[in-house]
Amino acid sequence: MSTVFIALQANEETRPIIEAIEIDNPQAVVNRQPAMVKIDAQGQLVIRKSTIEEQLGRDFDLQELHINLISLTGNVVEDDETLTLSWNS
Amino acid sequence: MDMKVAKKKLGLKEKYRALTRDLGWDTTYQTKDAVFPYVGYEGIKIHDWDKWEDPFRLTMDAYWKYQAEKERKFYAIIDAHAQNNGHLNLTDARYLSALKIFLQAISPGEYAAHKGFARAGREFPGVGTQVACQMQAIDEIRHAQTQIHAMSNYNRYYNGFHAFADTRDRIWYTSVARSFFDDAMSAGPFEFMIAIGFSFEYVLTNLLFVPFMSGAAYNGDMATVTFGFSAQSDEARHMTLGLECIKFMLEQDPDNLPIVQNWIDKWFWRGFRVLGLVSTMMDYMLPKRVMSWREAWDIYGVENGGALFKDLARYGIKPPKGWDDAEKAIDHMSHQFMLGLYQWSFGTAFHSWIPSEDDMNWLSAKYPDTFDKYYRPRWKHIKKLADAGTPFKNYGLAKLCQCCQLPTVFTEPDDPTLTCHRETVYKGQKYHFCSDGCQHVFENEPEKYVQAWLPMPQLFQEPINGDLGAWMEWVSLRDGKDNGDYAGSEDQQNFEAWRGLATTNQ
Amino acid sequence: MTVAAIREYIGVPRDSVENFGGKQIVYASWDRHLLFAAPFLLCLPPETRFRDLVDGPLTALLQADPDAAAIDWTKVEWLKDNQPWTPDFDASLAANGIGHKDQLRFRTPGLNSLSAAA
Repeated sequence: MSTVFIALQANEETRPIIEAIEIDNPQAVVNRQPAMVKIDAQGQLVIRKSTIEEQLGRDFDLQELHINLISLTGNVVEDDETLTLSWNS
Repeated sequence: MDMKVAKKKLGLKEKYRALTRDLGWDTTYQTKDAVFPYVGYEGIKIHDWDKWEDPFRLTMDAYWKYQAEKERKFYAIIDAHAQNNGHLNLTDARYLSALKIFLQAISPGEYAAHKGFARAGREFPGVGTQVACQMQAIDEIRHAQTQIHAMSNYNRYYNGFHAFADTRDRIWYTSVARSFFDDAMSAGPFEFMIAIGFSFEYVLTNLLFVPFMSGAAYNGDMATVTFGFSAQSDEARHMTLGLECIKFMLEQDPDNLPIVQNWIDKWFWRGFRVLGLVSTMMDYMLPKRVMSWREAWDIYGVENGGALFKDLARYGIKPPKGWDDAEKAIDHMSHQFMLGLYQWSFGTAFHSWIPSEDDMNWLSAKYPDTFDKYYRPRWKHIKKLADAGTPFKNYGLAKLCQCCQLPTVFTEPDDPTLTCHRETVYKGQKYHFCSDGCQHVFENEPEKYVQAWLPMPQLFQEPINGDLGAWMEWVSLRDGKDNGDYAGSEDQQNFEAWRGLATTNQ
Repeated sequence: MTVAAIREYIGVPRDSVENFGGKQIVYASWDRHLLFAAPFLLCLPPETRFRDLVDGPLTALLQADPDAAAIDWTKVEWLKDNQPWTPDFDASLAANGIGHKDQLRFRTPGLNSLSAAA
């Protein structure tokens, strides 16, 4: 199975987001590099609004991710509740 | 007082539909073909533009909100950098060579991409496509502006930044990036999307922005990290657009497959050549290195690109034709470029240098099969010449590739000791290439590439006629300041003196 | 198809020989001597004697290589257009059949101070 990833800036805004991604994707590997965090996962990675909101303690619009996003791969599927990255192979 | 009625907020999907498709209209007093005259000649067949879907479903209102937030963050850091002598926090001022290359070659590319997407947005009939192209056009001009603004802080103190616009138009190495974007912009709208949206953004920019910007952070360059990440936050959307575009073409009609494959082959190779210089920035120009070019390639090229092409195989897409040759070049290219940059440094508006013993040991650890065998002996000889007071300057101007416009520094894919010589004759004229990949691109569209403005042969034509001094003036290169070895340069002396002032009470 | 275009399109080459004020471009490179990062671009009148190309600009450019002094020009193996070829040192470039933008390569077997075995 191919690896998908998402890379976020390392800052105060993304810390709870990264924690939420870790909760929702126990198989994901978190790589901390200078000024950025790259999260790899086999086949699929799911980012859930509700988990981020729990970690953050406030409402969160998934599109806020754009502010601190560095890069990602895979086919993107987004609705109001989740953003999913996946490869069809 | 009016009763407050709780309005139901539109969901993401409804909002996207309302703010994209619902803004479109059918033409009445002109035919659709007359309004969109460039959408057919490339041979791509589209049956239903409404099938185009931006996976992020970003609409203009949300776009402005988030972009404004990015700008506020960007300027907060740029101001702090300028107010606190941020330039003295660099690990070493030789690092600035990478930024000078970036400003002279890449930032103008952002501006070119802005023009290209503005045009593509006008030429595509689909509303979703138009909106996505409009956002990307605005992104790209923002990138050019924030980069120039961020790097202007360095122009107050260091050489090589002062004339990037002249450098962009006239100096030899920037024609590599310029010809890449000119090639894309003079293609049709679909090919443009494959060139920039897919090959450049999706397959290759990770190699430029991700490890390089992380490297900037590692080397204390707050200004670049900020513009880099601010730009990069848009790139994820650009990459997704590139991938969406390619899937859209392939799903619309099976006849599109061979055309798209041909563009993937072409633009992968063109992009690989343009971004090749990043290998040198990573392996040689960062005083503190995050990872080697080889390591970055393994992650973002092999693993990530490999996954992408495996995914696209369901449409019949194969990995780009030049993929294997690219892999064979990875352990050689950064060394081949840096050796070239050093010996031609009299003609570059940035500094280069001989790697220290420590640097060479790092390179040999990262490139165990190639560095000691092929490249260390050359650096050792160059060091000997410098120590003897006769530094190596190669005044023999270089043969350039008719397609990528780089000096033909590359070796045969299977023989690293032999320069790769490729040539062809078209309409009685001879043309030279750096590789099979570039020769193939030329041979597919010779009428396009015969017009290449190659800086080296141009130097011997009007108005320069081979006069190196006149050329330097024309490209705004100040001899003895902007060019040459970093060792002994004004940049080095100033950085050391100012840092001394900043960290002592002298 | 020689270019994808909406109508017939003819490109104008920028490096035609008539743009060089009576001179021509010749590319020269020394096989397996990669201290010189790329083939040299020389711009010379076609009447230049081949010997003057070798003894003049070419020899000057090669000095930085540790093998330069050991080159025996009478034993050098030449290629033109990537094919074996024998120059007449006393004839001009034109009389030697060296056209505009031709690539000359030369080999010096046994001289390989800086080159790893292939």
